[in-house]
Amino acid sequence: MGEMEELRKEADNLKDQITEARKVVQDTTLQEAVAGTTLVGRVQLKTRKTLRGHLAKIYAMHWGTDTNCSKLCVSASQDGKLIVWDTLTTNKVSAIPLKSSWVMTCAYAPSGNMVACGGLDNMCSIYNLKGKDGNVKVMRELAAHTGYLSCCRFLSDSEIITSSGDCTCVLWDIETGTEKTIFAGHLGDCMSLAVSPDFKMFISGACDFTAKLWDIREASCRQTFSGHESDINAIGFFPNGNAVITGSDDATCKLYDLRADQELITYQDSGIMCGVTSLAPSLSGRLLLAGYDDFNVNIWDMLKAERVGVLAGHDNRVSCIGVSSDGMACCTGSWDSFLKIWN
Amino acid sequence: MSNNSANSSNLVIAQKVVKQLRLEASVRRIKVSQAAADLKTFCLQNAHKDPLLMGVPSSDNPFRPPKSCALF
Repeated sequence: MGEMEELRKEADNLKDQITEARKVVQDTTLQEAVAGTTLVGRVQLKTRKTLRGHLAKIYAMHWGTDTNCSKLCVSASQDGKLIVWDTLTTNKVSAIPLKSSWVMTCAYAPSGNMVACGGLDNMCSIYNLKGKDGNVKVMRELAAHTGYLSCCRFLSDSEIITSSGDCTCVLWDIETGTEKTIFAGHLGDCMSLAVSPDFKMFISGACDFTAKLWDIREASCRQTFSGHESDINAIGFFPNGNAVITGSDDATCKLYDLRADQELITYQDSGIMCGVTSLAPSLSGRLLLAGYDDFNVNIWDMLKAERVGVLAGHDNRVSCIGVSSDGMACCTGSWDSFLKIWN
Repeated sequence: MSNNSANSSNLVIAQKVVKQLRLEASVRRIKVSQAAADLKTFCLQNAHKDPLLMGVPSSDNPFRPPKSCALF
């Protein structure tokens, strides 16, 4: 029993060390550092397109990337369909029927060749969009998680990272359908993940109220960020990869700097009392668009931490949001079954 | 599960927790003033390229069909 007690003491000491080390470099606050910066003017975005077609709640959406399809996006709904949309024409490029309608996430591969989805089936299904006969078919079913699939993101056509209700994240080899690396450490359901711009790291947000930064190739957790008072539902990288933004059921979003290893600021307002479901930064990182349970999207000046706009247009919870890779437009998906394109 | 094997697996978990904390404690940290300055610089330098921030003129907006004005 002596060893257990010693380990507990050592763990407490180390936690105190980390707290101290973070204080030592806290020579100012973000708020003070941007005191002289002018607040962004009121941001008023209009709905330019409404994507109609899903018959039930939309749970996730993801934009295609620059290289091939910067105006295409994929959405997942509990009507059991994945739809690939051409957002310029509002046409459905593909409508993919799913084996399991309990889908919670979807992703577009950077190449534009594949999409993936998963949910209460505990699996991540990969679909080939560029099949020879023009039909979209299931290419792989990645099964090993013992909990629901909350999020997935492609690294390439051959690798994908998933986060799960089983508290782990996994890096998969799509070709062989096997787990390459298991990232364990969270003490609660992993709800969301985001890959760094250089594809070397990823961050995960979980129901243990923490966000973790993982080194993909070293297969290790580099840093853990606390401060939220409830589940973290959404997570994203600041565009230069040096900071992380989280959105939580505690009604706030937080900005954590990776190099200073600490929280820099909290985005909160006494008038906002409902959870954050989704978030996306604008191209320069200056704007933070966050979706909330009260059917709205709030737009924050990320440096000054003040609200500078609202997107009101959905008749139910905004469940997902994304900014296109060229920064031209923002897409929101809702439980009202519609997706809207704003700019 | 016997008490002994429960104890030893708890020990293994505790050892892993300590090992992970040691790793996280050893991270090299930069000053918040530098981190904040770099974030501010990045935002300001890229502001002009940020369509949602700057606004998109209708003529350049691919999501807006160009308004035609027929005079004849």
